[in-house]
Amino acid sequence: MNTAILEWSLTIAQIMLGIAMLLATFRMVNGPRAQDKVLGLDALYVVAMLELLLFGLRSGSSIYFEAALVIAILGFVSTVALAKFLMRGEVIE
Amino acid sequence: MSPEQDIPLWLALGVSILALLGAFLTLLGTIGLVRLQSFYQRIHAPTLGTSYGTASIVIASILFFSYVETRPVLHEVLIGIFITATTPVTLMLLGRAALYRDRAEGKDPVLPADEQADAVFPITSSRPHRQ
Repeated sequence: MNTAILEWSLTIAQIMLGIAMLLATFRMVNGPRAQDKVLGLDALYVVAMLELLLFGLRSGSSIYFEAALVIAILGFVSTVALAKFLMRGEVIE
Repeated sequence: MSPEQDIPLWLALGVSILALLGAFLTLLGTIGLVRLQSFYQRIHAPTLGTSYGTASIVIASILFFSYVETRPVLHEVLIGIFITATTPVTLMLLGRAALYRDRAEGKDPVLPADEQADAVFPITSSRPHRQ
């Protein structure tokens, strides 16, 4: 019974995060300007990381935690690099 | 789901409420990302997911794994600290880049719209950032 409550609410939460990923992908694909696309990518990786955390919670294994950590770190680096590129026109100068 | 055969009710309800709250706030943030009008309004919206959404899902994960493994499992705090520390940095960089690009095109989004209609000429003639 209690497990069923947890499982159903995790399913609903994962569906919500899936819709959130779709909306962020919408903004990433047809944002009117380049900075909107970068912002959509930033939101997309954060939502994907939360989805992985919920997936690990559902399956009861902590492997997904490491994948979420890697997504968080690489997403930070990629957004900083893209913002630098929008600002200066090159990443490493 | 073998490890949680008989989880107590308080754990199931707590983890469920925290996960649902976090997912709902994140969804709300991305709805704002789609619906708001200008870039400078949109840049505020996804931070709802990176602050409250991440916090409550991370707390849910800590609660659940601490119960299942019968010891305090705190490594999810790493993700929380990392996201909380890096999101302002990235969004400030992105906002400054967008401001730079807008000013390079002659529009100053910091001014309100009615003043901007009057002040288009002085701003475009004395752009501070043009090289």
